[in-house]
Amino acid sequence: MINSSSDNVNKLNSISRRMFITGSLKFLIMVGIVSRLFFLQVKENKKYLTLSDKNRIREWKLAPVRGEFHDYFGNVIAGNFEAYQLHIIPEQVEDFRYVIYRVKDLLELSEKDFKKVLKKKNEIKPWETLIVSDNLSWKKFSKINNHLYDLNGVKPVISISRNYPYKENFTHLIGYVSQANEDDIEKVEAIKKNFVPGLKVGKVGLEKSFEEKLIGTNDIERYEVNAYGRRISQLEFQKGKKGKTLRLTIDTEIQKLTNKLLKDQAGSICVMDIYTGAIIAMQSSPSFDPNLFVFGISQDDWQLIRNDPMKPLVNKTLQGNYSPGSTIKPIVALSALENGIINTNFTVNCRGHKHPLELYGQSYHCWKKEGHGFMNLRNAMKQSCDTYFYEVARKLGVDKLSVTAKKFGLGKEVFGGLFNIEKKGLIPNTQWKKNALGQSWLLGETIITGIGQGYIQITPIQLCLMTAQIANGGYKIYPKIVVNENEKNQPIDKFTPLYENSKNIRLIQDAMYASTNEARGTSYRSRINDPKYQFAGKTGTAQVKKITEKDRELDLKTFEIPYEERDHALYVAFGPYKSPRYALSVIVEHGGNGSTTAAPMAKELFKLIIDRHEIRQLMDNKRYLEV
Amino acid sequence: MYQHKRFTTSSFNFFQKFKNFDYILLVCILLLGFLSLTTMYSTDGGKVLFHTKSHFTKLIVFTIMMLIISFINIKYWFYIGYISYLLVIGLLIWTYLFGITSSGSQRWIDLYFINLQPSELMKIFIILCLAKYFHRMKLEKVNSVYTILTSLIIILLPMGLVIVQPDLGTSILIAISGIAVLWFAGINYKYFIYTMLGFVISLPFVIAFLKPYQKLRVLTFLNPDKDPLGAGYQIIQSKIAVGSGGIFGKGFLKGTQSYLEFLPEKHTDFIFTLFSEEFGFVGSAFLLIIYSIIIYRIVAIGSGSRSYFAKIFCYSFGAAIFVFITINMSMVLGLLPIVGSPLPIMSYGGSSMLATMIGFGIVMSAKVHNQQLIA
Repeated sequence: MINSSSDNVNKLNSISRRMFITGSLKFLIMVGIVSRLFFLQVKENKKYLTLSDKNRIREWKLAPVRGEFHDYFGNVIAGNFEAYQLHIIPEQVEDFRYVIYRVKDLLELSEKDFKKVLKKKNEIKPWETLIVSDNLSWKKFSKINNHLYDLNGVKPVISISRNYPYKENFTHLIGYVSQANEDDIEKVEAIKKNFVPGLKVGKVGLEKSFEEKLIGTNDIERYEVNAYGRRISQLEFQKGKKGKTLRLTIDTEIQKLTNKLLKDQAGSICVMDIYTGAIIAMQSSPSFDPNLFVFGISQDDWQLIRNDPMKPLVNKTLQGNYSPGSTIKPIVALSALENGIINTNFTVNCRGHKHPLELYGQSYHCWKKEGHGFMNLRNAMKQSCDTYFYEVARKLGVDKLSVTAKKFGLGKEVFGGLFNIEKKGLIPNTQWKKNALGQSWLLGETIITGIGQGYIQITPIQLCLMTAQIANGGYKIYPKIVVNENEKNQPIDKFTPLYENSKNIRLIQDAMYASTNEARGTSYRSRINDPKYQFAGKTGTAQVKKITEKDRELDLKTFEIPYEERDHALYVAFGPYKSPRYALSVIVEHGGNGSTTAAPMAKELFKLIIDRHEIRQLMDNKRYLEV
Repeated sequence: MYQHKRFTTSSFNFFQKFKNFDYILLVCILLLGFLSLTTMYSTDGGKVLFHTKSHFTKLIVFTIMMLIISFINIKYWFYIGYISYLLVIGLLIWTYLFGITSSGSQRWIDLYFINLQPSELMKIFIILCLAKYFHRMKLEKVNSVYTILTSLIIILLPMGLVIVQPDLGTSILIAISGIAVLWFAGINYKYFIYTMLGFVISLPFVIAFLKPYQKLRVLTFLNPDKDPLGAGYQIIQSKIAVGSGGIFGKGFLKGTQSYLEFLPEKHTDFIFTLFSEEFGFVGSAFLLIIYSIIIYRIVAIGSGSRSYFAKIFCYSFGAAIFVFITINMSMVLGLLPIVGSPLPIMSYGGSSMLATMIGFGIVMSAKVHNQQLIA
C-alpha cells in the first residue's frame, strides 16, 4: 500500500513535471503563431492587400477613339464611323456549334471566312470576345438583331472605326490604318500602352507619323472577378480621351484636282505656299482606296494593287527619285550667277545636232535638232537650250553647283523625320563620287549634270521646295502639312536668305517668266495671260535611257516609244507672277515631254489655286477675328 | 448509515454535478461553436445554405451529446477504454473494406445520416485506450520494453490502417495523440530524443518513399512561389487572404479572397484563413484566446482530478487539441506543408466535431466527477 502510494506520488510528480514542460512548449508555439499572424496581417498587410486586389480586380481596356484629320477648311478627310460588329463570348453560349452555324447562315459567311472564325475561336480563352464580323452592313446587322432571341450569347456591337471619305484622294498623304501587328506594338510606346486586340494603327503616311497624337487613350472598365476570371461586378468605368484631331494645310479641292489630273498616269503633283511652306496639295499617282485596308484587305484587292506596274504603293512625291532634267536649270544658272562665272551677257552659240559639243570623243547634243543659235541666259532658260547649260556647267564645276542645289533643299529630306519613307535624292559632287563609287569625277558628268541628267536625283517635293524658295525671293522655308504643329519651335534659320545677291534671284524668276509667257518659251502654250493667274515655270524632260544615234535619227513621237522607255515629263512653276504665293511641281512618269504633258496640268492647277487662295484668305481672316 | 450516506451523496451528487460543472469551458465551447457557425455562414456566401445548416445541426446534436457525456461518470469511460479502441479499429477495417471513396481516398463509412470518418474518432479513442493502459502501471514498469512495444503497437495499428486510405495527415495526428499519452505517462526522455533524431536522420529516406503528390507538397511548402498557379496556389492564396485581412479584417461577409473563390477548401482546412481575412488580427487573436482558455481549462481540470486516468486523459487531450490547432494554423499561415488537418470545431466535418465533442465531454465528466477514484 505504501509502495503503491509512493509510486502514485512519483507518477503524479512525473506527470506534473511533464505538464510543465508541455505548457512551456505550448506557450512558445502560441507566441510563434501570434507573431506569424502579426507579421502577415500587420507588418506585411500592404503587400498582401495589393496582391488581393490584384487577384480580384481586373481591367478591361476598350479601343480608344482615334483622332481625325481635317483639311484646312475643316472637312473631315480621315474620320470615324460607327461600324456594326458581331461579337460572341464563347463561354456565354450554351450551344456554340448551333449558334455559330445559325450566324453563318444569317450572315451568309463564306466557307473560308467561317473557318477563319472557328480558328480564331480556338485561339482565345472562352471568356474572351470573339469578333465574328467587324464590319457588317446595316441590313445584315438588323437581320441579326431580329434573330437575337435565337442567338443566346451573341452580341451586336456598334464600334467606332476609321473611314476615309475621299477614298484615293489622300491615300499617300494620310496613309491608312490597319490591325496592329507585333512590330507596331514593340516600336511605338503609345500603341503598347493602349493596345487592345483588334486595335487599328497607322501603317503609312501621316496616320503612322502622328500615331502617338492620334491614338487617344483607352476607356478602362474595372471589374471584380472571381478566381476563374468571371466578372462579378463593375467597379469603375474610366472614360478614355479621344485622340487629337489634326488640321492639315491641305485644300481638298486642289487635292482632288491633282488626283483628277494624274488619273491613269504615274506621277506626282505638289503645291506649296512659298512663304509659310504649307503644303496645299500633295498627290502621288496611281492611288488606291485606303478604306480597303481598315478591315484587312482581301487577297484579290491586294494582288491588284501590288502587281500594278505603275506601283501605287510607292509614294512618288516622297519616295520617287527622279532625274530633274531641265527643271534643274534655274539652279544651275543661279549658281553660275552667284559664283560670278557668268553674267547676263554671257552667250553661247547652239548650232544644232550637226555641231554638238564635243569633249574627249563624247558629243553632247541640244534637244533641238536645228540648234538655238546665239543664246544668253534669259533665252537659254526660256527655250531650255542644253548647249548653253553644258557650257555653263563646264565653267561652273559640279562642286559649286552642288553647294547651291543643297542650299535650296535638294538632296535632303524635306520633312525631316516626319515620313520615315522619304528619300533623300542625290546631289552629286566630286567628293561623293570618290566616297561612294571610288572613282574620280569626269568632266562629262559635270556637263550632263548641268541639264539634270546623270547621277543627280531629286524627289518631287524637293523640286517644289526649290521652286518655292526661288519664288519667294530666295528665302529658306520649312514645308509643313499640319496646322499649328510647328508654331512653337520654329527653326531659327527660317527666312534666312539663300542668295548672295538678290538680283540673281530676280534674274532667274524673270527667265522662268519668259519660259512660260513669251513666244518660243517651252511652256508658252500653257500660259495664262490674265495677270491674276499668270505663272512662271520651267519645263523638264528627263531621259530614262541614253539616247543613241539611232534614236536621234528615228526621232520617234512619244506614243511610238514603249512606255518604260518614254521620258519623264516635269514641270515646276510659281504664281501669280506679279506677287507670287504658290509654287508647284509636276512629274508624270514616262509622260513624254514636259511642255506637252506636265505644263498644261500646271495651267489647270493655277486657275484653281488662285481662286481657292481668296477663300483661304477669307477663312484665315475669319479665324483671326474669332481668336 | 452507509445506506443513508450513500443515498445522500447520491442525491447530493446530482446538484454537486451542476456545481462542479466547468462553465468557463462550456461558455468557451459554445462561443467557439457560434464563431464557427458565423464563419460557415460566410463561406456559404452570406446565405444559409447546405454547409451552414448541416454545421448547425451537428453543433446542436454534438453539444447535447457532450453535455450528456459530461454527466456520465468518468469511471465508465475508463471501463470502455479498450473496447472503444477496438471498436474504432473495427470501423477502420470496415472502412478499408467497404468505405466510401472520395477524391482518391477511402476514408468514410456511410451511416445514412452521417458519413463517418473513423480515423477522426481514433484521435480521441487512442488517448482513452492508452490512458487506461498506463493508469494502473507502476512508474518503473513504464519504461520496460514490453510496455513500450505494446503502446507502439496500439499507436501503429490505427496509423497503418489510416495510411492505407491514404491519409497521411490524420495518421500523423493519431500518432501525435498517442505520443502525447506516452509522454505524460513518463516514458524516458531519451526515447523521445532518439525518436526525434531518428526521424530527422531518416527524413530524406522518408521523403524518397513519399507519394509524388506528397513530395510536391513538401517542395511547395519550401518554395510556394515556384508554381504559383499549380501546387503553390493554395498556400499563396491563403497567405494573401490572411495578410490582406490586416488588423481589423475586411469585415464580416466581405472576404474577397473567399467569396471570389480564390480560397481552396474554405469550409474545412482553410476555414481559419477566411476567419482571419474577415476579422483580421484582432479576430484571430480573439479566436486564439478562446482556444487557449479551452486548453487551459482542460489542463486545469486534469490537474484537479483525483484519478490518474482523468489526469493523463485531460493532459493528453489538451496537448493533442493544441497540436491539432497549431498544425492547422501553421499550415494555412505557411509555416508547415499542407497536410489535411481540420481546425477543431471550426472546420466543417461531422466526424472531427464528433471526436472533439466526445473529448470535451470526457474532460467535462472528469471535472464533474473530479473526486472519483478509479481503482
